[in-house]
Amino acid sequence: MSTAKYSNQNAASQVLAPKLARAPIYRATIPAGEPWLKEIKAGQTLRILDLEGNQAVDTLFYSTANPRERYDVQRTLRRQGRVYLSTGSVLYSNLGRAMLTIVDDTCGRHDTLGGACAQESNTVRYALEKRHMHSCRDNYLRACAHDGRLGKGDIGPNINFFMNVPVTADGGLTFEDGISAPGKYVELRAEMDVILLISNCPQLNNPCNGYNPTAAELLIWN
Amino acid sequence: MTESTTLFPVFAEELLPGGGHRSFVLKRGELLRLTDLNGNANVSLTMLNAHEKAERLNLPDSLKCQHTAKLTNGHCLYSDMGRVLAAITADTCGWSDSIGGVLCAEEVEEKYGQGRYQELRNGFFRNGTDNLLVELGKWGLGLSDLLMTLNLFSRVNVDDAGLLHYVPNNAKAGDYIELYAPMDTLVVLTALQHPMDPNPQYAPQPLQLSWMKADASVAEHCRTSRPENQRGFINTDRLFA
Repeated sequence: MSTAKYSNQNAASQVLAPKLARAPIYRATIPAGEPWLKEIKAGQTLRILDLEGNQAVDTLFYSTANPRERYDVQRTLRRQGRVYLSTGSVLYSNLGRAMLTIVDDTCGRHDTLGGACAQESNTVRYALEKRHMHSCRDNYLRACAHDGRLGKGDIGPNINFFMNVPVTADGGLTFEDGISAPGKYVELRAEMDVILLISNCPQLNNPCNGYNPTAAELLIWN
Repeated sequence: MTESTTLFPVFAEELLPGGGHRSFVLKRGELLRLTDLNGNANVSLTMLNAHEKAERLNLPDSLKCQHTAKLTNGHCLYSDMGRVLAAITADTCGWSDSIGGVLCAEEVEEKYGQGRYQELRNGFFRNGTDNLLVELGKWGLGLSDLLMTLNLFSRVNVDDAGLLHYVPNNAKAGDYIELYAPMDTLVVLTALQHPMDPNPQYAPQPLQLSWMKADASVAEHCRTSRPENQRGFINTDRLFA
């Protein structure tokens, strides 16, 4: 990482900067449209970086000790009293425990109501003929099948990092152009050992990826 | 939309007491009416394909394909397989909440204090997580199958900053919601206060459940409300073609 990367950070991240100035112990580029599964240890910090901007990174978390314990959208939103995720958001599990905390966020807010795209939902949303376009839930199933610890039953509602899905005062839900940009990132501290499951979203039918899915980067620090 | 209450004969009725939980298969063509008897009721609901229970209610899919965060008359409740598990064919209170979810045992004790069976007998403090897990368990299902739940009769507003605001008294005595099943749908529900209801007293409200034999005409306005729902019904009807 060049030090210039840190030049425009807010106060919260400046506190973290000395730690993060060290080289990450893990660094990977997730190509557009690919799944990724990685274990994160309690205390480690994970950064998800939007390399080229406006890329939805569909993300799920599971307890490594008990993969039936997973990220719980509704508990997370209810406890923070806010419908978007950003710095300070604690991600709770379906058993009521803190899984991770968002400790830095240069994007500003992230969606967790919109779920992940699927062949089946694409037939509803766009056209019956769109069934055979690539999708996030197909990515999840593929990663789960190879990992062996997770299956369809474990694929619940997810986080869409870098995705902009405003809820309106009259209860509407809109998908809008991303508020992310090249180099924007979100950082999370793991509060327990977790399995990270990502689909770097291949959706081409709406503006969630700016109609051009691109690569994302994953970095982990001790 | 009140027509359906008079058009279709009721073939079964039950009281769902406050704190109660229930699960049953709503068969294709059946209509379930939930009536708030005293006002301020809330029902936490999930649903599955009765025959292929790996197919479950998917609230994110339901919300995004209808561009809505609330659910009310005219909306469809979608499975993860792009099918309509139920259509909301009538709703006199106008808003059901997709954000609040259910409390677990620790959260109920934190909010209402201890309320054990040992002292309170059947008035003990129940929680939505365990009530739904018990009903899911009766069908061989478990923790993984407890996804986002829909809170019928409840309203949570979202302001411009994204902050959540629970709206008290969204449902009045006599308000009802009707769910039409265009496929055989396993319905799992519990009658408990909305998790964000600020009332510090544990006081879940009862409902009347009424089952009716209906037909697809009752959900026609749901099917035609937007092209997404027309495609959802095509996906659903193929199960029976």
